[in-house]
Amino acid sequence: MARTLIQVPPTAKRGDVVEVRTLIAHTMETGYRAGSDGRTLPRDIIRRFSCRFNDELVFSAELHPAIAANPYIAFALRATASGKLTFSWEGDNGLSQTESATLTVT
Amino acid sequence: MTMRASRMTFGGLLACAVLSAFAQQPAGVPARRSGFDGMSASLQAMQRDDLQNPGMLWVADGEASWNQADVGGAGRSCASCHGDARHSMRGVASRYPDWDPVDRQPVDLAQRINRCRVRHQAAAPWPNDGKELLSLETFVAHQSRGQPLQPSGAPALVETRAHGQALYTQRIGQLNLSCATCHDALAGRKLAGSPIPQGHANGYPIYRLEWQAVGSLRRRIRNCMVGVRAEPFAPDSAEMVALELYLAQRSAGLPVETPAVRP
Repeated sequence: MARTLIQVPPTAKRGDVVEVRTLIAHTMETGYRAGSDGRTLPRDIIRRFSCRFNDELVFSAELHPAIAANPYIAFALRATASGKLTFSWEGDNGLSQTESATLTVT
Repeated sequence: MTMRASRMTFGGLLACAVLSAFAQQPAGVPARRSGFDGMSASLQAMQRDDLQNPGMLWVADGEASWNQADVGGAGRSCASCHGDARHSMRGVASRYPDWDPVDRQPVDLAQRINRCRVRHQAAAPWPNDGKELLSLETFVAHQSRGQPLQPSGAPALVETRAHGQALYTQRIGQLNLSCATCHDALAGRKLAGSPIPQGHANGYPIYRLEWQAVGSLRRRIRNCMVGVRAEPFAPDSAEMVALELYLAQRSAGLPVETPAVRP
């Protein structure tokens, strides 16, 4: 399991735009670099990040080899109701990681 | 008259300030400047923001291993003896490297952690610059963030520190450069397109963009040594710790920034 850091404001007013921020530990190996033995290192990247709010897709992104290691992804969300945010990162070598956070709307 | 008197007092104060600055630093040496000050605004923002700073991933890993008890024969975690790191480890990294009275030699923070593992946790030492050691080192050093570097005043360290200073000024490698050639004489100028920092050791372990990972001061020193085409010091060599000791002295007073972000 890769280490992740997620920041969601614990509470928000209904209708407010809140910032959701995520960071995940991942090498994002491009597949173009040579290792110390001269052989090309196989590609190992995150291909897709998505965020669901109460099972509704609210944000997704496709990632490519030019993206730096430990990708930081932040996006804005309009807080309409309280619920659960589910974050998932999927990628090479069977990477599939899911984390969650709760947002309380007052 | 009052004006003139106050002006004179101000002049006197200024002279005192200049004198005391000279007392701390040899003449002609510019004020200590963290590498942070020379970075772009966006990199500075990345370091300041704990969610954008990828070094915090290592801090989080280190915190997990701080509390992990099933690591060795003793069944003890770091927390079993040291308790809450936020209190017990505050100010520790700012005085390292320090004297180890048991082995009667100077040790840096990573060596200290490995000695703790062997002596008190009955566990095998971690490999140098391995992920586990770096994470725990980053976590421990992070507890001192914001505190000024206050090198240990242990009398036994004086000789090693002087050795470190000699290494710092010793020309090495095919390029025949010493640390001082760049980081004292040419600091603030450019090497190719990159600014030459004063080379202060106040943010280690750092998240370096070039490495795309967190790395130790030892790794940084090895990098520099390879850069001047010299044979790097062996990982646990006395020279490495001596140089680290001198660097800590040289950066005294600068705040700990761990995990710092550097280009």
